[in-house]
Amino acid sequence: MSEASVATAAAVSPYNERVIRQFTTATLFWGVVAFLVGVVIALQLAFPVFNLGLEWTTFGRLRPVHTSAAIFAFGGNALFATSLYVVQRTCRARLFGGDGLAEFLFWGYQLFIVLAASGYVLGITEGREYAEPEWYTDLWLTVVWVVYLLIFLGTLMKRKEPHIYVANWFYLAFIVTVAVLHIGNNISVPVSFLGTKSYSMFSGVQDAMLQWWYGHNAVGFFLTAGFLGIMYYFVPKQANRPVYSYRLSVVHFWSLIFLYIWAGPHHLHYTALPDWTQTLGMTFSVMLWMPSWGGMINGLMTLSGAWDKLRTDPVLRFLVTSVGFYGMSTFEGPVMSIRSVNSLSHYTDWTIGHVHSGALGWVAFVSFGAMYFLVPRLWHRERVYSIRMIEWHFWLATIGIVLYITPMWISGIMQGLMWRAYDDLGFLQFSFVETVAAMHPYYIVRAFAGILFLSGAIVMVYNLWRTARGDVRTETKLGAAVTATA
Amino acid sequence: MQEKFETNSILLLLGIIATVAIGGLVEIVPLFTIGETIEKVDGVRPYSPLELAGRNIYIREGCYLCHSQQIRPFRDEVERYGHYSLAAESMYDHPFQWGSKRTGPDLARVGGKYSNDWHVAHLTDPRSVVPESIMPPYAFLTQHDLNIPDIAEHLKTLKIVGVPYTQEDIDNAAADLAAQANPDADTTALLKRYPKAVTGDFDGDPKRLTEMDALVAYLQILGRMVDFTTYRPEYDTGNAGGGSQ
Repeated sequence: MSEASVATAAAVSPYNERVIRQFTTATLFWGVVAFLVGVVIALQLAFPVFNLGLEWTTFGRLRPVHTSAAIFAFGGNALFATSLYVVQRTCRARLFGGDGLAEFLFWGYQLFIVLAASGYVLGITEGREYAEPEWYTDLWLTVVWVVYLLIFLGTLMKRKEPHIYVANWFYLAFIVTVAVLHIGNNISVPVSFLGTKSYSMFSGVQDAMLQWWYGHNAVGFFLTAGFLGIMYYFVPKQANRPVYSYRLSVVHFWSLIFLYIWAGPHHLHYTALPDWTQTLGMTFSVMLWMPSWGGMINGLMTLSGAWDKLRTDPVLRFLVTSVGFYGMSTFEGPVMSIRSVNSLSHYTDWTIGHVHSGALGWVAFVSFGAMYFLVPRLWHRERVYSIRMIEWHFWLATIGIVLYITPMWISGIMQGLMWRAYDDLGFLQFSFVETVAAMHPYYIVRAFAGILFLSGAIVMVYNLWRTARGDVRTETKLGAAVTATA
Repeated sequence: MQEKFETNSILLLLGIIATVAIGGLVEIVPLFTIGETIEKVDGVRPYSPLELAGRNIYIREGCYLCHSQQIRPFRDEVERYGHYSLAAESMYDHPFQWGSKRTGPDLARVGGKYSNDWHVAHLTDPRSVVPESIMPPYAFLTQHDLNIPDIAEHLKTLKIVGVPYTQEDIDNAAADLAAQANPDADTTALLKRYPKAVTGDFDGDPKRLTEMDALVAYLQILGRMVDFTTYRPEYDTGNAGGGSQ
C-alpha cells in the first residue's frame, strides 16, 4: 500500500492518526539511539579507550545523553504515541485543539530532545541527574508540556463515553505530576539571558531533597504511572480479555500515586539529609510494594483464560514479560530502600542493575509490545511483517536483560563488600582502585548484553519498517508444529 | 466517590494534584523551616572565583556521574575518605553535587590529599598514574584558556540565590580569578576574602590561566573548609538544636 492509500484510510478514521504515526516513528528512532549510546558508555567503562580522547565523547558527557534518550526520548515518545492513541479511542473523540496543535506537540518535543542532547555533548548541563537540561531547554519543555496537558485533558472533556477509562487516569496522573516535578526541581536563575549557564535556586540539603523528590518520581510517574497506562490498554487488547479487577485498579491507582511521591529520600540514606526525612522515605518505599504488586496482579491476571496465547503470540509475551519485570523491580526497589540494605547497595552497580531491570524489562518491553500492536493498525496493514522476527527480538532482548542485571548484581554487591572489608590487622583490605579492577569482567559482560538488546531493537525496527511498507513475510506460524503433533 | 472522579475529568485532575502534593510538602517544607537541618559550623565560605570556575567545569564534565561528594558515617568510609559529610559543607553548593554512584572514589575530602602536579598528570592521562583507572582523559583542559569575562555576574547571580558574596567580592572577582593561579600575584586580600584557598600555579604553566588551573583549584579546596581537629558535633557538646542557616 502506498503513502496515498495510507492517507485515504486515515481520512476515513475519525481520529488523528498522523501524530500517533509520528510519535511511533520517533519512539523507534530514539530507542535505537538510546540503546546505542548505552552500549558505547558501557564499553567505555570496560575499555576507557572508547572515550576517544575527545572532550565531546567522554563518559561524563555521554551518560546524560544515554539516560535522557532512554527516559525522555524513547520512553517519552512511546508515552505520547500510546496516550494520544488510547485517549482518542477510549473517549471516542478526536484530539482536542485540532491537528495543528498536535503537530506542534510532536515537533516541539523533538526540539526539546535535540536541545537537551546537543547541550550535554557541548557541556551545557545543570548537573542534576535526569534533570540536566539548562534553563532555556527547561522553559521550552514547560511550554510543550502544557500543550500536552491541554490536548489530553481537552480530549477527556469532550469524550462521548460517560466514564474515563482506567488507562487515562494513569496517563493524566503522569502528565500533571511530571509538570509539577519539572517546575519544582528546575527553579534556577540564569547568569545572563544570552548565556546558557544558570545557578539553581536551592543548595545543599534542600537541593538534594528536591532533586530526589523529582528523580524518584520521574521513575514513579514518568516510567511507572505512564507505562501502567500502556499496560491497562494494550494488555487487555492484545489478550482480548477484560481487565482482571476494576476494584483493584481503583485501589492501586490512588495508593500508588499517594505513596510514590514520598519515596525520594531513599536515594539519600546516611547522607547529611535529616534522619526523619530518610525514615519517611524508607517507610513509604516499603509500603509502595503493595500498590505496585496490585498493578502487576491486575496486569497478569487479565490473561486468565488466555494463557495459551503466550505460546503463539510474541507480542503478548513482550507485554506479559514486562509486567513480570515490573513486579520484580518493584519488589527489589523496596528492599534496596531499607537503610541497612542501602548501606551496601548505594553508590554501587546494584543500583544500575535495578534501574535496568525496570527500564529494559518493564518500560522497554511494554513499549515494544505497544509498538508491535500500533504499527500495523496505524499504517492499516493486515499484520506485522514477520511474527518470527518478533520472536527473535524477544529472545535477544530477554537474554540481553538477564546478562545485564546479573553481572550488575554481582559486581555491585561485590564492590560494596570490598569497600567495607577489613584485614586481620584491622586495616581496610582493598584500595579503591582494586575494587575498580575487580569490576572489569562484569563490565565486559554488561556491554555484550547491551549489544544483544540493541540488536533486538534493530530487528524490530527492520520488521516494523517492512510492516509500514505493506510487506508480509511468508513463514510457518508459531506453534504450528506443536499443534501438528498434539 | 470513584464514580465522581472517573466521570469528571477536572475533578480527577484536582484529586490527583491533591494526592501527590501531600508527600512532597511534608518532606520538603520542614527542611527550610527547621533550623537544625544545617548544623552551625565554622569555616564554610563561598567559593573563590577560580574555585567556582573549577566547580562549573566539574559540573560541565559530568564528574558527579561517577564521583560522590558525600561521605556516610560508616567506619570504612571515614577511614577511607575522612570525616563524614556535614550538611553545612554543601550549603553554598548551587546545585549540590553529592552524586549517586561511585564508579570512582568519593571526592568530598580530596582537597590536599594529592599535589597539584599529581592532579594534572591524573586528569591529563589517568592511567599514567593509576594503571587500573577507567576514568576518561581530560588533557584538553590544559589546552583551554579559562575565559570567563562575566565572572562578576556569576557571583551576583549566586548572591541572588543566597550565597553571601559581598560587594567587595563581586568587585574583585575578575582580579581574584587571575590572581589565585598566578604565583607572582599578591594574594593577601584574596586569602582574606577566601581563607584556605590554594594559590599559585596549578597546571604547570604559570603564564597561562587554563581550565585545568580552575578545576584543580576546586579539587584542592574540597572538604578542607571545616577544621575537623576542633569540630565537635552538637550532640557531643550538649549544644543540640542551636544551629541555624
